[in-house]
Amino acid sequence: MAHVSIVVNGQPREAEVEPRTLLVYFLREHLGLTGTNVGCDTSSCGACTVHLDGESVKSCTLLAVQADGREVTTIEAMAEPDGALHPLQDAFHRNHGLQCGYCTPGMIMAAASLLKENPTPTEQEVREGLEGNLCRCTGYQNIVASVLDAAGVKG
Amino acid sequence: MATTESYVGQRVLRKEDAKLLAGQGTFIDNQTMAGMAWMELVRPPHVHATIDSIDTAAASSMPGVIGVFTAADLEDAFPAGLPMVWPITEDIKLPTHWPLTKDKIRFAGDAVAVVVAETRAQAEDAAEEVVVNASELPVVLDLEEAAKDEVVLHDDLGTNVVVHWSHGGGGDQSVFDSAPVTVQERYTQPRLIPNAIEARGCVAYGIPAAGEFTLVSATQIPHIARVALSIATGISQSKLRIIAPDVGGGFGSKLNVYAEEALALALARTLGRPVKWIEDRQENYVATIHGRGVIHDCTLAGTEDGKILGLKFVELVDMGAYFQLLTPGIPELGGWVYMGPYQIDAYWYEFTGIMTNATPTDAYRGAGRPEATFVIERLVDAFARRIGKDPAVVRRMNLHPPFAEATPWVMGLQVDSGNYEPTFDRALELADYEQTRKEQASRRTNRDTRQIGIGLSSYIEMCGLAPSNILGALRYVAGGWDGAEIECRPFGKVVVRTGTSPHGQGHETAWSQIVADGLGVPIDDVEVLHGDTAVTRIGMDTYGSRSVSVGGEALRRAVEKVREKARTIAAHELEVADDDLEWADGAFRVKGAPDKARTIPDLATSAWTAHALPEGVEPMLEGTAVYDPPNFTWPAGTHVCVVEVDTETGATDIVRYVAVDDCGAVINPMIVDGQVHGGVAQGVAEALFEEAVYDESGNLTTSSMTQYLIPTAVEIPPMILDRTETPSTTNGLGVKGIGEAGTIASPPAVINAVIDAVAHLGVTSIDKPASPERVWRAIQDARSEGGAA
Repeated sequence: MAHVSIVVNGQPREAEVEPRTLLVYFLREHLGLTGTNVGCDTSSCGACTVHLDGESVKSCTLLAVQADGREVTTIEAMAEPDGALHPLQDAFHRNHGLQCGYCTPGMIMAAASLLKENPTPTEQEVREGLEGNLCRCTGYQNIVASVLDAAGVKG
Repeated sequence: MATTESYVGQRVLRKEDAKLLAGQGTFIDNQTMAGMAWMELVRPPHVHATIDSIDTAAASSMPGVIGVFTAADLEDAFPAGLPMVWPITEDIKLPTHWPLTKDKIRFAGDAVAVVVAETRAQAEDAAEEVVVNASELPVVLDLEEAAKDEVVLHDDLGTNVVVHWSHGGGGDQSVFDSAPVTVQERYTQPRLIPNAIEARGCVAYGIPAAGEFTLVSATQIPHIARVALSIATGISQSKLRIIAPDVGGGFGSKLNVYAEEALALALARTLGRPVKWIEDRQENYVATIHGRGVIHDCTLAGTEDGKILGLKFVELVDMGAYFQLLTPGIPELGGWVYMGPYQIDAYWYEFTGIMTNATPTDAYRGAGRPEATFVIERLVDAFARRIGKDPAVVRRMNLHPPFAEATPWVMGLQVDSGNYEPTFDRALELADYEQTRKEQASRRTNRDTRQIGIGLSSYIEMCGLAPSNILGALRYVAGGWDGAEIECRPFGKVVVRTGTSPHGQGHETAWSQIVADGLGVPIDDVEVLHGDTAVTRIGMDTYGSRSVSVGGEALRRAVEKVREKARTIAAHELEVADDDLEWADGAFRVKGAPDKARTIPDLATSAWTAHALPEGVEPMLEGTAVYDPPNFTWPAGTHVCVVEVDTETGATDIVRYVAVDDCGAVINPMIVDGQVHGGVAQGVAEALFEEAVYDESGNLTTSSMTQYLIPTAVEIPPMILDRTETPSTTNGLGVKGIGEAGTIASPPAVINAVIDAVAHLGVTSIDKPASPERVWRAIQDARSEGGAA
């Protein structure tokens, strides 16, 4: 077993994990943070996207031990403590950027990272920025609209 | 006076979103229980093999293993195999389909044993230690080879040719011999993998001593699964509860009853512990149904000036290695719409279903109707090329004339209503058709390396599954009705129980719109419950673009029943006759004295306290309706795709995509648009990217998302949408359905565009998916055959 110490959503968390434990399963099974979903096992779909030290990563690509000593943010920490939605969550709601909702947490985490790097992206930049995240429901149109809306950019 | 908002027809934001955006969805892998064990299936690396022996000793002694079970160990667990509910002909040959195969492995997803362990990792580790000795048999994947029966999958059937179904023909069949022009084409549909982003999974638990069990499953069909799994496991329907939690997409792949659901229930019963199974993606690619897989031989009979006289289709359909829930019925479902939206004189459709050593096929978004639309729309283009006419002109002249009442068509069914020309004209207008043709001509003249192609696709689909009497005539074993229950709580809240089982379609919102308008209550006071057979007793679930036209109409009728009862109570309280009341502005009001009124919340409270109800009126304000549609619904539309094809690389870019659909009345335009977006994206994927590829030994080479090309936001184009609205005559809402339209319409629009872009080079056909290599080869072949340069 390996000892990990990770700050998750602002809270220091420590655990003994099997060395083969992926970060996503550490979050889901050890911490009960089930907002981060698993879609593919091959780092293709992006449903498991979280932030590691502020950058988006696919948490099925990373071992929990690789996150040792670092900070992880998940979808559960995107809204304000009083429940006020993050601008991206709000924009996804207003623009019908989700249907089944399974890809949504990963999509929002990827979009947040994208907007941090490029606060006023073009439509094409949003599309390219979300290339690592698959959605099977929306045809991406309203996801792209949501991200542009959150950025205050007209689509 | 209170004012009532009107919700139906409005862009109401979704109630479903809050928990999904917060990461609080109840998806199957988020379900956990005390004492829960994990199940893993053993799927040996064989495609077709006789099982000689299975040694579970090593696996059984692995850490954390609770038990390892083969078919022999579970002999008594399953009184029947997994049900197939659509035996479409009297003489169909029915393969036996046990949850674990007993004698032979027939495809890569066939499981021979199951391991239950304390953790998922322990179950996976132990599954690898199960030793299966098997003798390999020849593999057959090609439909025409399989039909020769040199290799037979199911020895007891003696043949792979398990079903032949014919529509029987409509109209005068002599046109196929006498028509001035006949066009004959062969088209193929690759196998497709549905790829809901959430794979399958389930948790089974119960009280063995009481014979009571619950299955929580990522399913589209909890109500149908209750019946099917009761048959498979012998658990009484009265003691079997199925719950669909939040389900992460379905697209038909979860419109099924699978081996793992039966196994989890049986093992929960055997072990007395909750048993959980989560499918990984590679498993999903082999063990969850595939879609399509058809070879079509097509004949169009027509005239030199463009009139289509007759259409004839003879097909071979890949059933895969077993029948899943609906397998042989899928092509038949398409068999009613191969005439497209055109008025023709003669119709013929037949298909032969063939077993192969591949994953069973079944419903994938559109289910038979994308196949039909792809074929007819390509055939119309081939016809237009043959007679040298603009494909838009040929389509428009053949569109069925408008009709406002249900009207019999050549295939023998009544179509509810249709007005196709305005839809068609609007699509061409939004696509800037004439100007784009000019640009195309100019690029052809200039021999530009980037050539423009325009693809049209006009479709009609048969939705709102389904009138039970027609299903009976078609030998489907269940009905096509759906149910809704409304319970008005005291002080104003309304609980709705719907028999539909949404997995992304927004029924909680749309159903609330219907009820809020109908009962004059704020939308947030309506709570919609679904997907739990203990809560929503009466249901037939969600598939086939049926939910609003069947389940929504049931709800509208339940609203009427609530209002009838409420009116009686209101009249009693206001001391007037029933007829002296009118429903206005969200309340029953005395005619001429509108301030004398009772709202539904008032009346619900009266009915709950029951202190002073009129004689003969039962307490509680509630209404239940079960609605069996008198007809299908028939949405239609025209999509136009404009592409640029690089003639040097074969690469295709979609530069404009227009979808104009007519799904009848619209409850929530935002949700309808979203359904079209997603459907079109799946159809574009089918046209340009996706194909399940097997090697010669039957191994799926597109075995994960890294090989199977699901398009991203970069590949899927922005779409321009519009609608026309021709109300359905089938239901009181006037709705027709929109869940599958995009997937039905878009593949031929895209492929026709790609072919059109290079038709002047002599290319007449390109199969799906139109990969750059395939397009490039088509150009090279045409050039080497001396096509126009």
